[in-house]
Amino acid sequence: MDAIQRELLMQVAGLHEIPAGAYNIRSNGQSIERKSTGNIEIINKPDKSGIEIHIKPGTKKESVHIPVIMSQSGLEEVVYNDFYIGENADVTIIAGCGIHNGGDAASRHDGIHRFFIGKNAHVKYVEKHYGSGDGSGERIMNPVTEISLDEDSFMEMETVQIRGVDSTKRENRAHLKAGAKLVVMERLMTHGKQKAESWFDVQLDGEDSSANIVSRSVARDESWQLFQSHISGNTRCSGHTECDAIIMENAKISAVPQLTANHVDAALIHEAAIGKIAGEQLIKLMTLGLTEAEAEEQIISGFLK
Amino acid sequence: MLELKNISFQVPDEKTRNTKEIGILKDVSLTLEDNQFVVITGPNGGGKSTLAKIIAGIEKPTSGQILFDGQDITDMSITDRAKLGISYAFQQPVRFKGVTVFDLLRLAAGKEISVAGACEYLSKVGLCAKDYIRREVNGSLSGGEIKRIEIATILARKTRVSVFDEPEAGIDLWSFQNLIQVFEEMHEQLHGSILIISHQERILNIADRIILIADGKLVKKGTKEEVLPELLGTANAAPSCDKAANRK
Repeated sequence: MDAIQRELLMQVAGLHEIPAGAYNIRSNGQSIERKSTGNIEIINKPDKSGIEIHIKPGTKKESVHIPVIMSQSGLEEVVYNDFYIGENADVTIIAGCGIHNGGDAASRHDGIHRFFIGKNAHVKYVEKHYGSGDGSGERIMNPVTEISLDEDSFMEMETVQIRGVDSTKRENRAHLKAGAKLVVMERLMTHGKQKAESWFDVQLDGEDSSANIVSRSVARDESWQLFQSHISGNTRCSGHTECDAIIMENAKISAVPQLTANHVDAALIHEAAIGKIAGEQLIKLMTLGLTEAEAEEQIISGFLK
Repeated sequence: MLELKNISFQVPDEKTRNTKEIGILKDVSLTLEDNQFVVITGPNGGGKSTLAKIIAGIEKPTSGQILFDGQDITDMSITDRAKLGISYAFQQPVRFKGVTVFDLLRLAAGKEISVAGACEYLSKVGLCAKDYIRREVNGSLSGGEIKRIEIATILARKTRVSVFDEPEAGIDLWSFQNLIQVFEEMHEQLHGSILIISHQERILNIADRIILIADGKLVKKGTKEEVLPELLGTANAAPSCDKAANRK
């Protein structure tokens, strides 16, 4: 790995070195390092590009890192990764994609992730997207996440894209069985002429299943964002979706929360708010000695924390 | 030393479609000596809050001059005044999504502080620090809680001049006694000057000097012995319900 690749790895996975636990590092279209453990097996997909991650039932407090880094301009790829998480497991999965594009051709990574989460399992899934490089070629990522949550399972998903991704279209779909719970925290910042679309479709199929989909975003410069979140309550269940956005300069943001209740005991709530940074917030921080630019930075970093 | 010389502040009259100006402050002059504890009181709408904002640099006076240790700061920005040593506690504190109480105290202190250090400021304003330090300064805090956090940010700054706009508003009676102590301690330890806008008799009671502002004008100034007896005979010292509560 060269310095650029190491920097990408740090940004998307917080890794300075080879991680503990199971991992698969994909760089410029190839799996360059891989390690399975006694409980977590990583194998190539037999039919297409990508990997399968099999986590044994009852695996506790283990982690899987599967970062993807691309530093070769003009590379375009679609990768299929499937996660099979056994019953009663409790694991952390850290994915993420970093693209450094120093050339003129577009680089694109489309990661299609499917999660099959067994009964009573608990998964924390962290996904970071990052772009760098001053080439004119676009850095494009179109992640798809499909989640099947079996009875009483729980998935916490944290998805972050703060810098450098020129175009993204994120699709997230989830089906929840009885007692299952899904919590999503999305943080997004776009700048320059970037475009970001984020789309959620959550089906609450089982009794007492619940979902909480929260998005916080900042759109700066000339960037554009679309947030769409649809929760269907198909039985007795509860769902909440929230989009909170800060708009700056000449950016444009659309927030489209949508609820469908197909059952009388489906309790569903949506909230959406878009606005610029309140003047009094800036003033308060300036009375503490910060300049206007420093105040703005503090407000944004707090908001996206 | 902070000096306000002939400060006037006018705004366009919206009713007459900007053809006329309304005077919020009219030719106000006052001096805040080092280590002095001054309370500004007077009826609502009299211009007190505007005066505090003019000191902090949030509003610019239409005419007049502000001097800090002889230096003219009339055109100085909010940030530069803050750096020079002026603090201002909002009457209605600002809420932030995502910014924690610790973040705010750290920014106020202007340097990295320990959690223990931040907790000390919170304890002084009567908040159990461990319950609050990681909380966001957002809509989940009650009016009284956020008001006390606002006061804690001023304590963390330790500046030469501290201006508080109605610090008692939204604070319950039990905490009110602690608040008085906070101001007394600040006065003893800081060797800076404190300017408080208040209607509260008990805050007026601990002042070195009291200034009465009504209808945009400085009506009276003097020691509490000079001003307080006269004030208490009028409705200016405190709204009657507050006074009744204080006697309990």
